[in-house]
Amino acid sequence: MTRKQRRAAFILLTVSVLALAVFLVAIALRDTIVFFLTPREVVERAIPPGKRIRLGGLVAEGSLKRGTGMQVEFAITDKTKTITVSYIGILPDLFREGQGVVAEGKLDAAGHFLADVVLAKHDENYMPPEVAKALKAQGVWKDAGKGKRDVQP
Amino acid sequence: MIVELGHFSLVLALAVALVQMALPAWGARRGDRQLMAVAEPAALVQLSLVLFAFLALMHAYITSDFSVETVWANSHTAKPLIYKISGVWGNHEGSMLLWVLILALFGAAVALFGTNLPASLRATVLAVQAGIAVAFLLFIVLTSNPFVRIPPQPQGRGLNPILQDPALAFHPPFLYAGYVGLSIAFSFAVAALIEGRIDAAWARWVRPWTLAAWMCLTLGIAMGSWWAYYELGWGGWWFWDPVENASFMPWLAATALLHSALVMEKREALKVWTILLAILAFSLSLMGTFLVRSGVLTSVHAFAVDPKRGIFILTILVVLIGGALALYAWRAPQLQPGGLFAPISREGALVLNNVLLTTGCATVLVGTLYPLLLESITGAKISVGPPYFNLTFGLLMLPLLAAMPFGPYLGWKRGDLAAAAQRLFAAAIAALLAVVTTFAIMWRGPWLAPFGIALAVWIIVGAASEWATRVQLLTGQAGRVWHRARGLPRSAHGTMLAHLGIGLTLLGIVATSAWQSERVVAMRPGESTEIAGYVLTFRGVAPAQGPNYQEQVGLFAVTSSGSPVTELSPSKRLYDAPRQATTEAAIHAAIAGDLYVVLGDELKDGGWVVRLYFNPLVRLIWIGAVVMALGGGLSLSDRRLRVGAPRRARRAIPSSLFTE
Repeated sequence: MTRKQRRAAFILLTVSVLALAVFLVAIALRDTIVFFLTPREVVERAIPPGKRIRLGGLVAEGSLKRGTGMQVEFAITDKTKTITVSYIGILPDLFREGQGVVAEGKLDAAGHFLADVVLAKHDENYMPPEVAKALKAQGVWKDAGKGKRDVQP
Repeated sequence: MIVELGHFSLVLALAVALVQMALPAWGARRGDRQLMAVAEPAALVQLSLVLFAFLALMHAYITSDFSVETVWANSHTAKPLIYKISGVWGNHEGSMLLWVLILALFGAAVALFGTNLPASLRATVLAVQAGIAVAFLLFIVLTSNPFVRIPPQPQGRGLNPILQDPALAFHPPFLYAGYVGLSIAFSFAVAALIEGRIDAAWARWVRPWTLAAWMCLTLGIAMGSWWAYYELGWGGWWFWDPVENASFMPWLAATALLHSALVMEKREALKVWTILLAILAFSLSLMGTFLVRSGVLTSVHAFAVDPKRGIFILTILVVLIGGALALYAWRAPQLQPGGLFAPISREGALVLNNVLLTTGCATVLVGTLYPLLLESITGAKISVGPPYFNLTFGLLMLPLLAAMPFGPYLGWKRGDLAAAAQRLFAAAIAALLAVVTTFAIMWRGPWLAPFGIALAVWIIVGAASEWATRVQLLTGQAGRVWHRARGLPRSAHGTMLAHLGIGLTLLGIVATSAWQSERVVAMRPGESTEIAGYVLTFRGVAPAQGPNYQEQVGLFAVTSSGSPVTELSPSKRLYDAPRQATTEAAIHAAIAGDLYVVLGDELKDGGWVVRLYFNPLVRLIWIGAVVMALGGGLSLSDRRLRVGAPRRARRAIPSSLFTE
């Protein structure tokens, strides 16, 4: 093999690995990402049932109902629109009414959200950043937690 | 008083670092030995000053001096001593101080052990190292001063309870040692570019430092993952969280760097690439620090959300990385190209390793930064989760893992693939057997999983058989085997162990991802439930009092085929300060896997929600990481690689068998 051929072999290897990577990234970014939406955005954009999304907002006051076994139901609100959520399993340690929460799952045909993951981070003043941002953008966010504690969990 | 002295000492350290940055670099350019000689004492003085500042802060924590803001905000008198100490770096200000302390430690180590480096190279390396120190000391002094006084407070606010944990007490120091250790490779690369000269000796100096950093990074990441596994109570060990990625990317780059430095050391090839990799590895460390500390990503690690700090770190990032890359673009073309090699050779295999590792690293980078990018451009908020990383990074690692056992069998310059394949016959048979037996035992579950197991077995047996061939374990006489094993360079044992460790980790990952069982059940006291052959009987929940928390402890009796195995007590804790709830999982570890129990919410009918997992072979993930780090340590102890000993690295063993 000449120097040129050797170089060509390595360039071919690098280019093909890179091409494969770009291809995989493109597919993965198309198929696997999950959008984060507030209840209002869900309604406005008419998200179809079955599409996997993250729904974020505050747990509506007085909405938490425990069903039989581990069935729980609550509502996520951004103070303009509210969506009911059902979930089977253990709620996070700091799940409270009036606190920020993110649920991942999909809508059913009736516009009810079936969550398989519920996230509420481990701090009483914690608001998932996506929620805080979305609520701020909609003008319903009060800086209640600020100044008390800037250490995030 | 001690606090003020600490603050003063930190500012002095900044002044010393400025001197250490300027004078030796200038001296190296002018060939002035006296100016160059400033570097070593300056590095040692800088270390003493930063160490004093760090100890002063630690003293404030241990004595619970609540007139210091960071102590007040992060400590509490009722906290056990170890967490008072780990509280020093359990917050933004202190952790940056730890970062600089480790940086100064590495700088001083170069000054102490680098006595046989060419004087101008050593002076330039120490000057670059000091430049990094200046940037971060300025950052601390101007935006994140840990010594700020406030009116004395009666009591502190305490450390976040999920951080009050032994594994997490040592996770940051190890991770930082890894991040910052890569700064040495960076400084050497920049110095080589400034000097315009680079050779095999350069790689021999750089490799031990990179190896040490890589070991720390491996252990640090493993500790973080282990902590997440038992503390967060989800039974998961890796979440592809941006902060995890921030530590994983430097690890990938460091792994690539280790291998390319090997080529450079033995064959003087891949010089330009190795330099670039050294710059990139530390850049990724810096980016990790930026991502984690700036508050761009809000998570367990984002201690403070302060835009001023973010912009400051971003500036450091741009200046250091941009400067180094500009220097690279300017000087790298002038470096002499190195030796030739055929595509099928040890070098060729290591190039494949590098191409795949860096491409894999790039896909992780894209997945980590894409949501930030998309949000700043379109405003859409997305999350990129495990499916993305499994599809991109996971697939790219497959060829790397499959090719890994071939590497050590291929000769330098020109290798014989057929001969290597022949020697891997045993590994291939083992892998085949693994597929068959796995299908036979675990016929339920994903059909790809047995092939994953086979890949892991292929790597493990491949690594072990390469070693066995070299010591003639099966063909030689018993006495000779020991002799040969002793005669083998330690780095050869190290390579074997590190590759074996990868195989073990992979085995754990595949097994636990494919066959994890999870059950969520409601249980009343007296009821039993079954998972993976274990029967758990719920005995009830009792309150208990800890040093700084109250808890509700569940009690479960575990039996397996009728005979008692153990009792498990998962609990829910409520800490006093800060008032915060945590879930403590209870884990029973057996050879086959972990039984993992989490206590959930109390139900209205007196029952409790209980979450049970069985994670098969999950421990191998961390055991593999420890084995990898052990391999690194063994390599590091190799006479030829010892820090500061590269001069004695002439080929001591003539046999071609030992030319590792």
